[in-house]
Amino acid sequence: MAKDNEKRNTRLLEIFGILLALLWLSPFYLMIVNAFKTKRGIFEGVLGFPSAFTFENFVNAFIELEFLKSLFNSVLITGLSILIIILFSSMAGYALARNKSKLSGVIFFIFVAAMLIPFQSVMIPLVALFGQAQMLNAAGLIFMYLGFGCSLSIFLYHGAMTGISQSLDEAAIIDGANRFQTFWHIIFPLLKPISVTVAILNTIWIWNDYLLPSLVLSEANATIPLKMFYFFGQYTKQWHLALAGLTIAIIPVIIGYFFAQKQIIDGVSEGAVK
Amino acid sequence: MKNRSLSFWLFLTPVILGLGIVVVIPFIYGFFYSFTDWNGITANNFIGFENYINLFQEDEFMNSIWFTIKFAVVTVLLLNVFGLGLALLVTRNMKTNNLMRTIFFMPNLIGGLILGFIWQFIFVSVFGDVAGITGIEGLNGWLSTTNTGFWGLVILTAWQMAGYIMIIYIAYLENVPKELIEASKIDGANAMQRFKNVIFPLVAPAFTVSMFLTLSMSFKIYDQNLSLTNGGPFNSTQMVAMEIVRTAFSDNQMAYAQSKAVIFFLIVAVIALTQVYYNKKREVDV
Repeated sequence: MAKDNEKRNTRLLEIFGILLALLWLSPFYLMIVNAFKTKRGIFEGVLGFPSAFTFENFVNAFIELEFLKSLFNSVLITGLSILIIILFSSMAGYALARNKSKLSGVIFFIFVAAMLIPFQSVMIPLVALFGQAQMLNAAGLIFMYLGFGCSLSIFLYHGAMTGISQSLDEAAIIDGANRFQTFWHIIFPLLKPISVTVAILNTIWIWNDYLLPSLVLSEANATIPLKMFYFFGQYTKQWHLALAGLTIAIIPVIIGYFFAQKQIIDGVSEGAVK
Repeated sequence: MKNRSLSFWLFLTPVILGLGIVVVIPFIYGFFYSFTDWNGITANNFIGFENYINLFQEDEFMNSIWFTIKFAVVTVLLLNVFGLGLALLVTRNMKTNNLMRTIFFMPNLIGGLILGFIWQFIFVSVFGDVAGITGIEGLNGWLSTTNTGFWGLVILTAWQMAGYIMIIYIAYLENVPKELIEASKIDGANAMQRFKNVIFPLVAPAFTVSMFLTLSMSFKIYDQNLSLTNGGPFNSTQMVAMEIVRTAFSDNQMAYAQSKAVIFFLIVAVIALTQVYYNKKREVDV
């Protein structure tokens, strides 16, 4: 009897959950159906399906957003930033974990403490400094992402190193490998799970970042969020076009999520809990 | 690896340069500049606390601080209630568990800028349409007043980030031993008692993590603010982060903006440290 009751409750909860999930998705539904409408169609009503589907909004938004170019810029900047964050943070995490001295502890502490500093507190001098060095460009931006992304990444690598026995390094050194060979051939492959986490966590914020690129990049090198901002400014109140642009901008993220949802959720969980 | 060894320093050089040039040096420079009349290029005069005295007398800045605090308090509460609620929901024995997790988490992957634009459409056009159909007056004119702008920002943020907080609570809930739950059922505890006496104390550490995260996230929000309300009407929904950006890059008052940025840092740091300290203490007590 009690079991039946519990089963029924779970069933009811599941229905509630599904309804809630649909509600959660409704903003995307509204975005997509209205992106297929004409300006007039949106005026007639925003809740239902369009009376006649039009693809014209998507074609226009795709051209206006220079989407392939913005996508290329986003992929290039995010990709290179992730590569150097993974390489340099794992090296640092390894060195700091294997050196047990007080100095090493202090350096580690500084990296962790730096996570307390909000971006807006360093933004103004940072942009001034890079401006004077003529580094307000994609290369400068990638270097900035290393600076902002390395703290959490080092923290995660440092934690993961405790699970890797020091006898592995010692064996490699005795066999005549130098420190870098030891790291690269023995340690780095073992850190692969945490590298996936680091890559995911940094991709999420770098891909979506708007403020820093808006201060650093010119419009010609705009990433997707930056281009989206200009585009939206041009087409305020022309919702049919704006919504088509937003839909296009989201598609790469949805594709990525579709293929890597388990890794993404696990990675986020790991990054937050530590 | 020894301190003196070359390899130790070689391994650390790239990140020391990165953090040093990007965070530490600008942070220290910024602190000094906030006491000068720096204009972004040169600082001619040391003016002491003048910037700081001015900012506490500036209505726009103080308003943005109050607005941000109100926003943070409401958002932190909602996010933790939603996050824990969703986590309890999707850790039940259901077939659609994974699908629900995927859906609830999805908004986190999309940038605040894009989501803010989507919700601008919802609050303005969709709400307007629904008001026309149902006759609910309260759905008209969203984002055109301070109040609806405030709740618009809260709804957007809660919707976007609840899935993230859910993931954190799930991680802790899944660590609650099944035997404990079974034992409490046999002892006749109902769902409410089970939650209060068994599950809650075991997921207490999750509160440390998620309170800390949600509080600092809601203090630092910028993109959503920019794309949803753009600070309007009349800068009344402008949060601190946006206020600083505007003072610096629209008004070109670099040193003054930097003094606001220093205050902003102090607020965020104090909250974060208090939170960590308080929660660590409570965890031990439990």
